[in-house]
Amino acid sequence: MPRHAIITTAGTLVLCLGIPLAAHAAADGKADLDSVISAGPVDPNSGAPMAWDKAIHDEQIHRFLLIDRLEYGDVDGANNYLWDAQGWIGGDYHKLWLKTEGEGPLSGGSPEDTEFQALYNRTIAPFWSAQVGIRYDVNPNPDRGFAVLGLQGLAPYWFESDTALFISEDGDVSFRGEFEYELLLTQRLILQPRAEINASAQDVPKYGLASGLNSTEMGMRLRYEIKREFAPYVGVRWEQTYGETRDIARADGEETSSTAFVVGIRAWY
Amino acid sequence: MDNRTHDSDRRRLLRAMGATGLLAGFNALLPAYARNNMAEGAARHLDTAAAQVPGGAARDVVMDVHVRRETIDIAGGRASAITLNHTTPGPIVELWEGQNAHLRVHNHLDESTSIHWHGILLPFQMDGVPGVVFPGIDPGATFEVDFPVRQAGTYWYHSHSGLQEQIGQTGPIVIHSQGDDGINADREYVIVLNDWTFEDPHRLVAKLKAVSDYYNFSERTLGDLAEDFRQSGVATTLKDRLAWGDMRMSPRDIADVTGHTYSYLMNGVHPDANWTGLFTPGERIRLRVINASAMTYFNVRVPGLPMTVVAADGKEVQPVETDEFQIGVAETFDVVVQPKADRAYTIMAETMARSGYARGTLAPRAGMVAPVPALREQPQRTMMDMGMDMSQMDMGGMHMSHGERTKQMGHGQMAMDHGSMQKMDRSEKSSGMAGMHHQGHDMGAAKKGHKMSGMGHDMKKMAHGTGPNAGTMGTGAMMEQTGPVIAKHGPDMHGAGNINVANVQRDRLAEPGTGLEDVNHRVLTYSQLRNVVPMQDRREPSKTIEVHLTGNMDRYMWSFDGVKYSQSTPIEFPYGERIRLVLVNDTMMEHPIHLHGMFMELENGQGDHLPFKHTLSVLPGSRASLLITADEPGRWAFHCHLLYHMEMGMFRVVRVSDRSGDDNA
Repeated sequence: MPRHAIITTAGTLVLCLGIPLAAHAAADGKADLDSVISAGPVDPNSGAPMAWDKAIHDEQIHRFLLIDRLEYGDVDGANNYLWDAQGWIGGDYHKLWLKTEGEGPLSGGSPEDTEFQALYNRTIAPFWSAQVGIRYDVNPNPDRGFAVLGLQGLAPYWFESDTALFISEDGDVSFRGEFEYELLLTQRLILQPRAEINASAQDVPKYGLASGLNSTEMGMRLRYEIKREFAPYVGVRWEQTYGETRDIARADGEETSSTAFVVGIRAWY
Repeated sequence: MDNRTHDSDRRRLLRAMGATGLLAGFNALLPAYARNNMAEGAARHLDTAAAQVPGGAARDVVMDVHVRRETIDIAGGRASAITLNHTTPGPIVELWEGQNAHLRVHNHLDESTSIHWHGILLPFQMDGVPGVVFPGIDPGATFEVDFPVRQAGTYWYHSHSGLQEQIGQTGPIVIHSQGDDGINADREYVIVLNDWTFEDPHRLVAKLKAVSDYYNFSERTLGDLAEDFRQSGVATTLKDRLAWGDMRMSPRDIADVTGHTYSYLMNGVHPDANWTGLFTPGERIRLRVINASAMTYFNVRVPGLPMTVVAADGKEVQPVETDEFQIGVAETFDVVVQPKADRAYTIMAETMARSGYARGTLAPRAGMVAPVPALREQPQRTMMDMGMDMSQMDMGGMHMSHGERTKQMGHGQMAMDHGSMQKMDRSEKSSGMAGMHHQGHDMGAAKKGHKMSGMGHDMKKMAHGTGPNAGTMGTGAMMEQTGPVIAKHGPDMHGAGNINVANVQRDRLAEPGTGLEDVNHRVLTYSQLRNVVPMQDRREPSKTIEVHLTGNMDRYMWSFDGVKYSQSTPIEFPYGERIRLVLVNDTMMEHPIHLHGMFMELENGQGDHLPFKHTLSVLPGSRASLLITADEPGRWAFHCHLLYHMEMGMFRVVRVSDRSGDDNA
């Protein structure tokens, strides 16, 4: 059709004569230059009218809930339970991050530890987030509030890291670091070592803590991902107290070291 | 294999269906009464007849496209899909160059929709991107486009609204050329490739956001470690593991979404239902291959038949014969095959990650089958993909690798590498880029190749011995064939949304694509594409725009220059000017980068016959340069065509106007 001439993409503009086509398209099939800039308020991303919906929904709120450990432990004949869960809701750079963990004896007695954290999570580097917020412990008694300053992320060599400084309402400063690693035996059978370190900057006699390294908890669990979201596991957990903290525990007649064989479930949604 | 668990269930079902004559792929061949007895009746895919391009006299076309959400039989199951005129993929939109197209899109969904005519030159208001060129098509509404057809070739159409494209809203476009295209095909079929999931795509995104390797069931295990110890030695293996660990990235990250959830369809048909195209022996058959999938690259071959590539992204190229090609998402390739024997041939479309395949058959009669090749071993990323500077690493296996490269590529292509490299060098000078290093010349394969020529079989074997499966640091095939370094990365690391940068950037256009380095037959490369028409606009570009492809796999964030769409402003192309667009892939995976509205001429060393592309698959760690004449006024989408990357923000608006920046808030 000579009317449209040959319009190459490399492009010389060809002025086309002839019968006008549909209302939308000019004879050369191109848009009018004046139509590119929209009248009225425009969306800064697209230059299109502000009233239109977004082309791309890259600011959506996502959510994630992980019950990392929900387990039953056999501790030298005495049985206990433990939970360790976290979740978040938010976008790529800003999230509300919630954590809870606790443990206690299965038969009788109150939980030994029960804590909740609510944190603002800010993505500060490709693998790292800074977290600030509050922690509230219901156990051990009496209840205690903390300010939290944390750093969570993936360290080189794939160590999942969760470290935090806690400042209690009495001004006591403590530190906790948790580190996990995943070793794939198969695509679904995963061996996961875990280490937790607790330290205190000062003596806190009310809670049986002395300054320095308080305790460690080492674990090794083997999980099988029936689905990615659902994995039962078996494992072992070894807790140890140190230094004066250990002395205090010993004086109180508590265990200073314990080994637990555990079975549990890891699940997320 | 683990990652085909889901699909294998469906395969069993399909086999059972086949036994009762209900095989979806053949239902067009069933007598009418049999078809009427099928659930829902009509075929929901492009059966043999529907995939054949009818042709005929040139004419204006008026066509209605009805977008519906309906429950259909697909991939051996039943699912709620979006259909176009009751099928997925939708019917062929067949047009004639030089005539008019009047297309009416009717939205029967209960949500907004759109159709983007991918690769088609038209006024931007008709381009079908909601939020950029129009407000979208409301439920119950009809949107009409009416434009003169100014091009020929194979294209496609799809929704540009949310994730609708994933659940069926795609279809082929065929435009017949005004004159004789010289291809002289006796018969033409569209081959539309799709990845289908029974999952809700929004849930799929949520999973990737939560656990980004959710669909990867090919990660390296303890067993691989033992195997690598045995094959490559403890020291090399540990070095390799430490290097990847240091980066916190996985060399087995080939595809975000795999056959764990996807079934791969050819013209809407599951491999076991075997889509079939009929032919008479001796005919020239034009296969118009369209990758209409959301997230999947395919390696396409027809064992036993050489393919002559005659067009890429719709635009004709000088015929080049090959045995296999990799097709990125949203690309199209037209190939001609000429089966002379009275036998069946398999059209094999294996996914790049090798977690599944789409498959069909070319046969003289219905019901014939040819052997289906086994899936080949899954490829692995290398340090090259990471844009690492290998010249500073001390590694065994490296040297003979270059010899291998020389052997495979021959001198002609080597010279081509240098040609395109010099061109790029020149372009960089004109754009005033600082920090360029002509390392390509030093690292030039030809040079090392010479040194290595005469090295015998043993060396070659050694190179293979430490090959990709050994998990060594790129001592395998990827290194052998990796192109020269043509630039280095600047200090900008692109923020928290980006993990890696390509410290050294290679020209990789002469490479066959991930996983195809070692095959023992010909594989198409971008450097082979040569336009049939000489370049029209020979002005030096007045503006160079460098865009980095960036992402954070760990958080499943994707962007350009580390900036998501929602934080971006349009890229300005001054109207009428010649633009050079440089794409640098800082990530470790391929991205098919698509510009709406205008073709890009790929600077691939083909002199003044640079091929046109609407979508360029940019290899990891590479730098590619494209020329564009900004002669189509409009607001044009520019994005990664991996659906979930786009939706995460790997998207921009390119604005072609003479009043750039007028409205910049």
